Amino acid sequence: MVRSKTNRVITKVVYHAVCLLLCVVMLYPLLWMVFSSFKETNAVFTTAADLLPEHWTLDNYINGWRGFLSTSFGVFFKNSLFVTVLATVGAVFSSVVIAFGFARLKFRGSKLWFACMMLTMMLPFQVLMVPQYLLYNKLGWVGTYLPLIVPFFFGQGFFIFLDVQFIQGIPRELDEAARIDGCSTWGLFLRVILPLVVPALVTSGVFSFIWRWEDFLAPLLYLNRVPSYTMAIALKMFSDPTAQSDWGAMFAMSTLSLVPAFIIFAMFQKYLVEGIATSGLKG
Amino acid sequence: MRKTNGRPQYSMRQNLEGYSFIGLFVIGFLAFTVIPIGTSLVLSFTKYDILSPPQFVGLDNFVQMFTGDHQFWVSFGVTLFYVIVSVPLRLAFALAVAMLLQKTTKLTTFYRAAYYLPTIIGSSIAISVVWRQMFSADGLLNSIINKIFHTQINISWIGGEKTAIWTLIILAIWQYGSSMLIFLSGLKQIPKELYEAADIDGASKVRSFFRITLPMLTPVVFFNVIMQLIQGFMTFTQSYVITQGMPMDKTLFITVYVYRNSFTYYKMGYGCAIAWFLLIFMAVITALLFKSSRSWVFYQAEGGD
Repeated sequence: MVRSKTNRVITKVVYHAVCLLLCVVMLYPLLWMVFSSFKETNAVFTTAADLLPEHWTLDNYINGWRGFLSTSFGVFFKNSLFVTVLATVGAVFSSVVIAFGFARLKFRGSKLWFACMMLTMMLPFQVLMVPQYLLYNKLGWVGTYLPLIVPFFFGQGFFIFLDVQFIQGIPRELDEAARIDGCSTWGLFLRVILPLVVPALVTSGVFSFIWRWEDFLAPLLYLNRVPSYTMAIALKMFSDPTAQSDWGAMFAMSTLSLVPAFIIFAMFQKYLVEGIATSGLKG
Repeated sequence: MRKTNGRPQYSMRQNLEGYSFIGLFVIGFLAFTVIPIGTSLVLSFTKYDILSPPQFVGLDNFVQMFTGDHQFWVSFGVTLFYVIVSVPLRLAFALAVAMLLQKTTKLTTFYRAAYYLPTIIGSSIAISVVWRQMFSADGLLNSIINKIFHTQINISWIGGEKTAIWTLIILAIWQYGSSMLIFLSGLKQIPKELYEAADIDGASKVRSFFRITLPMLTPVVFFNVIMQLIQGFMTFTQSYVITQGMPMDKTLFITVYVYRNSFTYYKMGYGCAIAWFLLIFMAVITALLFKSSRSWVFYQAEGGD
């Protein structure tokens, strides 16, 4: 089939026009949030239909940063970073250790535990909400960061699964060569496999960072003092209609809360895309 | 439980080594999943307000739930409606956009990132805050409508009994990104020869979509449906933050209802009972889907697990 050149150009233009239009629809709410945060606070809604601010200002960021109940957003930001980094490190490294066991070793009960692991991926957190709260309450963990961090040091189903998929793609000849060289199982894992699964670790790390950063329910349940709040819960309190009506500041802090996720996304989006594709497809 | 019917016997050393790796998972699974689930089941037969010890009440919670609690049925109905409407729409969008992105151009990476971004940040509080303002009386939607059509609309979409749930459904559809990526890699695995053969036979594009693309994608569709259903039933933040269940409980998702009973009214036993009902309901739905999959999911003879 031979198509004329003009025809091909038109098809191309239409294709990109459709794709770009979709981009605008998809990104408009985000752009609106970002640009509104630079509008004068009383202009946010009177000029809601205009995307760009008439008068650019940083006042919203200065006012918003002060936070509430004499706790600034700097504190919330630091709290979020603390919880997110620790939980992510725990989830990434515990998951890969567990995944190696499932992917490479033969032992009694491995199939059963693997099935249990798959089950945890489908088990909704909300069903465990009450009894977990009671457990942490009994341990004296409520009001501390422990419930937001400790459970992640025992592996997370999605990441274990991702790592298992990845490790199974590594040729077994490498294992045999290492064994012949006198490597123990742990030596094999640490020296041979671990360096090779770095891409899977990056994918898990990026997902974990964004999920932990955005997590709302767990901080809502377990954090009860304002100075210990993470970004998500602080932003919720800050934006409650009864609490205040400084819309500009609200948009500014919302924008700010997304900055870490944006940066991580921009840097690692290739890993995210591949992570979703592999773990999703082979399920 | 020693099985000798042809199964391999593992040495003590193999077992010790195996558990030195997966031991963390076993401990975590028992402590943070099995024990809480068991506790939850026991508590669902009790009255428990955390201050005084649990009181055994038999099936009272379940009887109350099914016969005496109008709000429970409202929230169950709302959740069901939300899932039944948003999951197919989201998947349809995901598939349509995935097909659009199948063609590789210089801008493909950019498009893919732009379409996926809302999904990755969609459940954050920031987006909930923005969503509330977009659909409020003087929010983005009305402002744009008024500007284009020179009207004076000031309906609160968030506050309307009929419209509130739709603002949440739109939010759900907006986040089609993960399903899109999964569809996209599924599409790439369909052998090109199939399309070429269809082309030679003179099949139209529409026909090859229904005869080749869709059947070849059914395993991916199946996986997506299950994951999205679970995610849909578990939606919490959106209902809790954006609409707070209002107006008139028209957006009161069942997860928020569990939360309220357990942590606002301190009816923890009752909260557990509802959570268990939800768990069983979802397990049944998933089982039915798996059962039905034999008749509509197409697995290639080669290259399966």
